[in-house]
Amino acid sequence: MKALLLRALSRFLALDRRWIFLLMALCIVTPLILPIGLPFTPDPAVRNLHRAIEDLPEGSVVLVSCDYDPGSKPELQPFTEALFRHLFRRKLKVVVSCLWAGAPPLVNQAIAQALEAEEVKVLGLKDKVDYVNLGYKDGRQLVMLGMGENIHSTFPKSNDGTPVSQIPLMQRMRKLGDSQLFVNVSGGSPGTKEWVETAQGRFGLRMVAACTAVMAPDNIPYYEAGQLLGLAGGMKGSADYEQLVGLPGSATRGMAAQSFGHLLIIAFIALGNVAFFMTRGRKR
Amino acid sequence: MKKEIPLLIAFLLGTWMILENFLTGIPWVGPMKEVITNGGIVIMAFTYVLGIYSIVSVNVARIRRGQDVVPKVALLAALALMVALGFWRGHEEGTPFNWLYLNLYVPLQATMFSLLAFYIASAAFRAFRARSLEATLLLVCAILVMVGRIPVGEKIWASFPQVSDWIMNIPNLAGKRAIMIGAALGAISTGLRVILGLERSYLGGE
Amino acid sequence: MPPFFAQVALGGLTLSPGQITVFLSVLLMVALLAYFYQRIRKDPGALFIRRIAGIDAIEEAVGRCTEMGRPILYVPGIEDMQDIQTIASMLILGKVAETAARYKTEIFVPCRIPFVMSVAEEMVRQGFYNAGVPEDHKPGNMSFISDEQFAYTAGVNGIMLRERPAANLLLGRFFAESLILSETGFEAKAIQVAGTAEVTQLPFFIAACDYTLIGEELFAASAYLSRDPKLLSNLKATDWYKMVCIAVMLLGSLLVTLDSIGWWDGAGAFRDWFLIQ
Repeated sequence: MKALLLRALSRFLALDRRWIFLLMALCIVTPLILPIGLPFTPDPAVRNLHRAIEDLPEGSVVLVSCDYDPGSKPELQPFTEALFRHLFRRKLKVVVSCLWAGAPPLVNQAIAQALEAEEVKVLGLKDKVDYVNLGYKDGRQLVMLGMGENIHSTFPKSNDGTPVSQIPLMQRMRKLGDSQLFVNVSGGSPGTKEWVETAQGRFGLRMVAACTAVMAPDNIPYYEAGQLLGLAGGMKGSADYEQLVGLPGSATRGMAAQSFGHLLIIAFIALGNVAFFMTRGRKR
Repeated sequence: MKKEIPLLIAFLLGTWMILENFLTGIPWVGPMKEVITNGGIVIMAFTYVLGIYSIVSVNVARIRRGQDVVPKVALLAALALMVALGFWRGHEEGTPFNWLYLNLYVPLQATMFSLLAFYIASAAFRAFRARSLEATLLLVCAILVMVGRIPVGEKIWASFPQVSDWIMNIPNLAGKRAIMIGAALGAISTGLRVILGLERSYLGGE
Repeated sequence: MPPFFAQVALGGLTLSPGQITVFLSVLLMVALLAYFYQRIRKDPGALFIRRIAGIDAIEEAVGRCTEMGRPILYVPGIEDMQDIQTIASMLILGKVAETAARYKTEIFVPCRIPFVMSVAEEMVRQGFYNAGVPEDHKPGNMSFISDEQFAYTAGVNGIMLRERPAANLLLGRFFAESLILSETGFEAKAIQVAGTAEVTQLPFFIAACDYTLIGEELFAASAYLSRDPKLLSNLKATDWYKMVCIAVMLLGSLLVTLDSIGWWDGAGAFRDWFLIQ
């Protein structure tokens, strides 16, 4: 009996990784098809991010830099969609820019979706007056420095080709420091790290950020040091933010899938260690 | 002069970019900084032109040699198609460019990224073994953070999120800061070497 | 604001007060670099650098390729040539190429940036030349795959699965593709040595590779292998600068502790020296 068990454990240790892939796929897909609502408590860092927006007086200018691409869409697009709805709902003025070439279509989608929301439609927001999309500009830290000195020079035209000098909202927004809050949605480099290093301290920005789960540990030092007022990391951060603004979306739905995925990994780790120790004794 | 001129440009601009950060009260600093910054952005935009030339020339050379012909032809065809569509109908919502982006590029990129979920599962199963004290600590911390970050963890034990946050905010933060400081010092010293002309590998061949 | 002087006037120019400490730090780094560079130019053996374990791992990987008669795959990261990790990677590539040439082992270097490919070609060509076998160098093994991140990853995976290298050296700056590359390398049954200062990718390399050079070990390895005076002096200067940082941090921690228990109330003034305003 013991020999059979040890043989089974040895085979388990040599398990073809495609079985792991299959089980992972089932764990992720099943909760997405059969939704399971799992309650969760928002992270303090996300609460601070939400509070930073809630504390802004009506009419404040918020600059949003969307620096991500389709690879980070599942983690960050839910945050971006909830963010725009939240900002519009609060009647804040929104200026949007992108440092990644893959971001503008996703940003356009998020803005369009936010404008279609019932609570935003009734406000009758006007393009170029209440919000403006400056589009994408290549240049990484040079763009950050340029925006810090003179946004009109760095972005002479908006996304649809309108000269920035003719945009009413941009008359209030000449440089980064003119914004009351800076929100960075970051999928990699250039992203939150570069914004903090290049612009946050130099131009005295009040800054919050949302980033992928992989990058969150990298940005925690900035949050702990007070350079970021709030931080939303990964799909959990996006789900926390959706809950705080009362707009459960794809990130909230993804929490169940993420939970089962994590539990599967933990189960494999635990079983792998049990098998490892039991068969190690046998090999000795 | 082939190397001296780039070195001189690097020295002058690099020194200027450092000094302008510290100098205040000089009227012409701001406008000059704006000119240099915008000039740099324009130069970076030109790298796209160079990038297209590189892609085309390298892949055409490989096609001529008969290496990986089908994928290379597909790459060049896709490049030509997207450029043509972008110039012809623009890239706003509702255009063919936008349609291809949202329905081909977005799913393909998201798919490649999603491979990570599967690979991390197999890597974790293979690598997270309690072979030593350090490996055991890594293993335990990984499990605590993974459980603490999901709603189910809160249900199992209400303090799991706090434990996870403590691990992320104290020991993880200490290690991250140390590595960040080291990497930043490396970047500073390399930047200074480039500015002072001691580092010339970016010119090629040295 | 630093309490001791609000602004330093230099013949009409004014340093902004909050930046004085940063400016002095830059001057300190320049001074250290200059000092150690001068020292090593006068006496190349003056600066001792201990051998790090990662170099043994690289050499073991190259040796394995020679024994098995299979090629080396060297991935220099996905960033451009101005990135310090790519510079360090290129220098290590030169030494790896020289060793590979000496033992008649083929080396593949797929690149994401065309300019990096041309530099890699130069480094490998030089390595083969230094080994005395320039005729064995195959320029076609240095290839530009794609500048799109995951297209490049897919291309490198294809090389791993087709060419079946006995060793994968993943040295440079990586992002999300790190785990995909290293898992595919494991599937191809190659020994894998990774090295990056990209903190977010280190956990993936540590989980999936046989050996990982963490952070500055990558720079130290490039300095050790090349014995380049610039790199050695760079390493020494940053090490000494770190000692200064450690001293300041310990002093600051002590002062804050004394402040918190009411023994001394000057911690705020000390901290103000390091606030960027």
